[in-house]
Amino acid sequence: MDTSIWRPILYLVGIMAFAGLNAAYLGWCERKGAGHIQRRTGPMEVGFHGLLQPIADGIKLMSKQLLVPQGVDGILFRVAPILAMIPAITSMVVIPFSGNIQARALELSVLLIFALASIGMFAILLGGWASGNKYAVISAARSVSQNIAYEIPMLITVITIVMMTGSMNLQEIALKQQGGFWHWNIFPLVDGKSILMPVSFIIFFICSVAETNRAPFDMAEAESELIAGFMTEYGSMGFGLFMMGEYLNIVVGACLTTILFLGGWDCPFGLFSGVWWFLIKIYILIFTFIWIRWTYPRTQIYKLLNLSWKILIPFSLVNLLVAAAFIKVF
Amino acid sequence: MTVPIACRPDETFVLNLGPQHPATHGVLRVKLTMDGEYIVKAEPVLGYIHRMHEKMAEAGNFAQFMPNTARMDYLHALAFNHGYALTVERAAGIEVPERAEYIRVITVELNRIASHLLWWAAFVLDLGGFTPLLYAFDDREIILDLLERVTGSRLTYCYFRFGGVYNDIDDEFIEGTLAFIKRLRSRMPRIYHDLVTHNIILRKRLEGIGIITPEQCRKYGATGPVLRGSGVSYDIRKNEPYSVYPEFDFEIPVYHECDSMARYMVRMDEMEQSMRIIEQALERLPEGPVKAKVPKILKPPAGDYYAAVETARGSFGCRLVCDGGKAPYRLKLRSPTFSNLSLFGEVAEGMLLADALGFMGSLDLVIPEIDR
Amino acid sequence: MSGYWEDVFGGAKSLVTGLAITGSEFFKPVVTKQYPWEVPTMVPRFRGHIELVRNEETGMPNCVCCGMCMRSCPSGCISLAGKKPEGSKKKVLTKYILDFTKCSLCGTCIESCNFNAIRFSRDYNLASTNKDDYIFDLLKRLEEQG
Repeated sequence: MDTSIWRPILYLVGIMAFAGLNAAYLGWCERKGAGHIQRRTGPMEVGFHGLLQPIADGIKLMSKQLLVPQGVDGILFRVAPILAMIPAITSMVVIPFSGNIQARALELSVLLIFALASIGMFAILLGGWASGNKYAVISAARSVSQNIAYEIPMLITVITIVMMTGSMNLQEIALKQQGGFWHWNIFPLVDGKSILMPVSFIIFFICSVAETNRAPFDMAEAESELIAGFMTEYGSMGFGLFMMGEYLNIVVGACLTTILFLGGWDCPFGLFSGVWWFLIKIYILIFTFIWIRWTYPRTQIYKLLNLSWKILIPFSLVNLLVAAAFIKVF
Repeated sequence: MTVPIACRPDETFVLNLGPQHPATHGVLRVKLTMDGEYIVKAEPVLGYIHRMHEKMAEAGNFAQFMPNTARMDYLHALAFNHGYALTVERAAGIEVPERAEYIRVITVELNRIASHLLWWAAFVLDLGGFTPLLYAFDDREIILDLLERVTGSRLTYCYFRFGGVYNDIDDEFIEGTLAFIKRLRSRMPRIYHDLVTHNIILRKRLEGIGIITPEQCRKYGATGPVLRGSGVSYDIRKNEPYSVYPEFDFEIPVYHECDSMARYMVRMDEMEQSMRIIEQALERLPEGPVKAKVPKILKPPAGDYYAAVETARGSFGCRLVCDGGKAPYRLKLRSPTFSNLSLFGEVAEGMLLADALGFMGSLDLVIPEIDR
Repeated sequence: MSGYWEDVFGGAKSLVTGLAITGSEFFKPVVTKQYPWEVPTMVPRFRGHIELVRNEETGMPNCVCCGMCMRSCPSGCISLAGKKPEGSKKKVLTKYILDFTKCSLCGTCIESCNFNAIRFSRDYNLASTNKDDYIFDLLKRLEEQG
């Protein structure tokens, strides 16, 4: 264990900077991406091509009055946005950005990240319930049932990976996939991997979109139906924290997908591995999140649950069995 | 999906889909009594935008009412212009020159395509897809530019006059229209059908939702795509023809599944049929005057006259009671959306809230037309 | 049960097609005009508020103060007045006020004028915070146009 005082401070500052920059500028990326998909420019006025827009938005949000309506549960109302941010930032402690850039290498990293994700879901429930607004309660209830339903196939897929690697340490999972894209967990049949691995990747990706409440699974914030769902009563930085928490959850989801399936910081041909490949991969995945959001309409709540219980769970269980069979045989 | 209500009557709560809501297109208030997510009773409350158009007709002379017709259903304003002009022409016995009739048909059908494009964009927006709105508006802007070149307005057209139209069309308009039809036909299969119509998420949201039987349609007097999506083939342009529609070769799309998807497909097919009508009309466009000679102050003989036209939403009827004076004695306007909306109370019972909003979108409501 | 597999595979294919379409649209150029920097020109028949037409030879407005436009307007937004100067049989226009807050741009006034005295202008930059800015004095506007 490293006893120098600089290491934790450097990592703390680094992670906070990474998280802060991402939370702010992912909003910019989303608006520009949405704009170009829709054949229009996104923000253009504030700064060159709107690069100062997140700063302008942040100043606007902070200058508004933090309104706490009458009839809400005082403590829970104020705590909910903070609880939405905490799991995402804390999860970054165990994510390996590269071979030697990782804040803390724990033996049970995977378990830690999923435990923290459940706290994030809890924050939505608190936010909705503490608002004392009919719309918010409906949306919080929908969101809880959605999150529970989608955690299950996600965890089953992760168990498949852990079974193949033999460890829950994210560093080791990534190290096992070094050396070229045929070693990555998404690629079937090399190194004794099951033939259904790409299916596992797709299931995991769909579940991360659903866990972070992004369209087409954004029942919780269905704009045209329930105004803003569980965020209706929040103004100013309460809303800002929920939005930042959502973007950070996306970043953590993309990081997890990369480490579990796409080889972490590995170059596709095994040449110049490093943290830059990790960043390229997570930003490609984040662009896919944005791309999916602006393409599809919203699903219905019962069709959403249908998708999870009747399609994703059977497929992921079959994947688990097939992967186990491959490990036994090869 | 309708289910019987499982809770006691006093466990329901009242939700106001208030006058200000992103999904009701206009100021419509619906009082919903809900049991959890299911609707027990739905009651539309109207009148938030009643502007007394029918009374305004009695206060001025016949020609002064023309701008009002465009303000009722602003999305298919030319058809409403047409309906009123047709009624007064029947009352006063005015003959419209042939070129004017052809220009009327071309502009009304272009406006119908624009109205259906906006309906499609807003419908998919309500369901959560934000991008198709922008793609549809890209095409709609071209129509609006074409019509602006001819009439001078982009939305609330006051272009038709008794005996013809206000001014003539030119070659640039004809070329522009043909180019637009070619462009829309090439974009339809990919951007309209592949991206949205065949999308599994949208199909699962629309198929089987909002079943309206033909008997219910007849009971409430529903017309337009709502009626044709329930299997009844009735279109004023074919069943009670007016203007020069009998000269064109077009079909009426009819679907028998009676659900929201059927109404969606009826409107998509209607866009294609409108394009066919415009092409045929442009080919056969005759030369001649565009406006007949009409006295400045019209005094039709006393009597009771009625004319109906087919708008994008249904059959717009105009009943004129004249007493020989300069102003109408009574002008009654029959709004198609009013009859379509009255179906909502009966069909929405037992639906989920999100399904009810999809159903409302498939009815294609324009509230100022209901309230006049 | 047979619908299950069709749903899964057919559905997946439709989703991928949708992504391909929006993905290809991402790389196409934008169709919007950046408004304050790129100003469009209005078409000749654009309906701005009405303005008086000047007679090329005499330099005076064509209007003979018959009042047809005032009577035919459905909203009653025009008010005009004229005066017969000494030794002339024709009236000269002294006041022509258009209340644009009520005008619906229907064109009935222009159609009812037999003397080609009014036409649509092409003014659209009319935003203001004061309602009185919309009572246009068309005679003054004609003088300012030179």
